[in-house]
Amino acid sequence: MRVPLSQIAHARSGDKGDTANVGIIALNERHFPILVREVTPDRVKAHFGELVKGKVERFELPNLGALNFLLHESLGGGGTLSLRIDAQGKTLGAGLLRMEVDVNEGEL
Amino acid sequence: MIRIANGQGFWGDWLEAPVRLVEDGPIDYLVLDYLAEITMSILQKQKQENPNLGYARDFPPLIGRIAKMMRDRNVKVIANAGGVNPIACAREVRALAPNLKVAVVLGDDVYGRIDEFLAQGHEMRSMDTGEPLSTIRGSILSANAYIGAFPLARALDTNADVVIAGRSTDTALALAPMVHRFEWKPDQWDRLAAGTIAGHIVECGSQCTGGNCQVDWQSIPDFADIGYPIIEAEPDGTFAITKHPGTGGRVNCDTIKEQLLYELGDPRNYITPDCVADFTSIRLSRAGTDRVRVTGITGGPRTGMLKLSIAYSWGWKAIGTLVYTAPQALEKARKADEIVRERLRQLGLSFDEIYTEYFGVNACHGPAAPVCAEPPEVQVRIGVRGTDRKAVDRFTRELVPLVLSGPPTATGFGDGRPPVREVVAYWPALIPRELIETRVEVIE
Repeated sequence: MRVPLSQIAHARSGDKGDTANVGIIALNERHFPILVREVTPDRVKAHFGELVKGKVERFELPNLGALNFLLHESLGGGGTLSLRIDAQGKTLGAGLLRMEVDVNEGEL
Repeated sequence: MIRIANGQGFWGDWLEAPVRLVEDGPIDYLVLDYLAEITMSILQKQKQENPNLGYARDFPPLIGRIAKMMRDRNVKVIANAGGVNPIACAREVRALAPNLKVAVVLGDDVYGRIDEFLAQGHEMRSMDTGEPLSTIRGSILSANAYIGAFPLARALDTNADVVIAGRSTDTALALAPMVHRFEWKPDQWDRLAAGTIAGHIVECGSQCTGGNCQVDWQSIPDFADIGYPIIEAEPDGTFAITKHPGTGGRVNCDTIKEQLLYELGDPRNYITPDCVADFTSIRLSRAGTDRVRVTGITGGPRTGMLKLSIAYSWGWKAIGTLVYTAPQALEKARKADEIVRERLRQLGLSFDEIYTEYFGVNACHGPAAPVCAEPPEVQVRIGVRGTDRKAVDRFTRELVPLVLSGPPTATGFGDGRPPVREVVAYWPALIPRELIETRVEVIE
C-alpha cells in the first residue's frame, strides 16, 4: 500500500547558501528502514522536479532514525540573491512529507 | 552542573525571551545570538556612517533591563552582539549598566586585512563557486573570521559579567562557559563536540522547545509564553536540554531531533573552529517532563582553517505582486506574468534573473504541491535581479498598470511600486587559523 511520508515521519528544513537541507525523521524508529529503502536521492529529486537544479545527497543518522538530504542549487541562488518567497527552504521539509511511499502492511 | 540558556535565536527574535529566562528560574549563563551571514555587512555600513555604531542595538538596552537581576542571581551573559564594533557596544552597555564588568573579544574583523592576506597568496576562494576573492575585491563590504569558544572562555576567565564578541560561531556561545568552568582543553574533542552539539540544539532559541515542531503541533501548550531552552551541562560532556517549569512549549526527543537536523550538512563532519562533531554518535533519552538527556557524543580534532564570512555588494533586486481572484485566478495570474515579461522585453531590459511564482498555488513546494483545479485567489509574485539599478527600477513600474489594463479582478498591489533593494551577497572562504589572532579587552 502507499502512504504519505507524513504518516510515518516528521521533518525540518533549512539553508546553507543555495543548498537546502531537509531532514526527515521516523516518528517511530522501527519505520526508519522504510525511509532508508523508499526515500532515495533520485526520488527526492524527482519529487521536487524543477525546484532542485543540482544533485541531491543523502546522509543516514540511524541513531536518530533520520535521513538528511542536501538539495543543491534549489534556493534560487540562496540567501539575499534569491527571488523566491521561501528563500531559505523552510517549507521544503513539509513538502517532502507529501511524497507517497510503498509500505508492506506488516511494516506499519 | 551549569545551566546555559539561549534567549535569542537571531536578531529580531522575541525581546521578552531573555528577560523571562533570567526571571523565571535559575540559570548561570545567558547566551544570545544576534548575527546572520548578512548582518555584518549592514553593521559595517552603519559603522561607516557613524563610528559609534555597527553592533546589535537591541543588546545594550536589554542588559540595562536585566542588570540588577544578573547581579542578584549571578547570571553571566555571552553574546555576539558586538558586530563590527564590539568596543562601542561594550561602552553603551557600561553606560546603561555601570555596575557590570564587560569584556570584549577582538580579532575576528579582518575587513582591513584582506589585501594583506591576498598579498600573502591566500586566494580565499568561494566555498560555493571556487572563484578567487580577487574577482570581487572592489565590492567587499565586510569580512570576519568565525571564531570559536576558546577566545570567549578566556573572556569569561576575567570574571566579566558580560562577554561581547563579534563574529563568533553560534555554537561557541554555549560551548564557551563549559570550556571556562570545566577547564576543557583544545584536544578534548569528544567533550568539545558534545558542547558544540548542545550549542547547535539551542542556537535557534525556541526552535528546540516546541517552536516550528511538526509533531502534534496543535497540542503544544501555550506558544505565547513559550520557554526558551536551557542546557544542563555536566563536566563529562553529557547534558540535558530543558526549559523553565510553567513555561509554554515542549521539550521531548521529537523537538530535539528536528532541531538537530536543522541546517545540517554531512552529519559525521560538523566542522566548527573548536572541533569536528559527529551527529551520528548522539544518544537521546527522555528524562522526565520537558527534559531530554543527551549522551554518547564523539568528535575529532579541529581543522587548520577558519571560515571567513565575507559580504559584498552584488547588485539590485525588486519583487512585485498582484492578486487575482476566481474565476480562472491562476490563468489570470499567468497572463499578467506574460504581459510584464513582454513589456520588459520591448523595453530591451535584461536581468540576471526574472523569477515568477504563484503564491497560493505552488510557490513554496513547487512541483511537489498538489494541483488545485480552481484556487479562489492567487498572488503572482514576480522578482528581478540584476546589476543595472536603472533596469530594476524600471521593472518596478510595470506591475501596477495591469490593474487597469490586464486581466480582470486584479488587486493587492499594496503600496504601488515595490522597493528596489541592494543585494548584498555572501562569500564563504577559508583562511589558515594562525592568521587570526584574538584578544580580550576589559572595558572599565
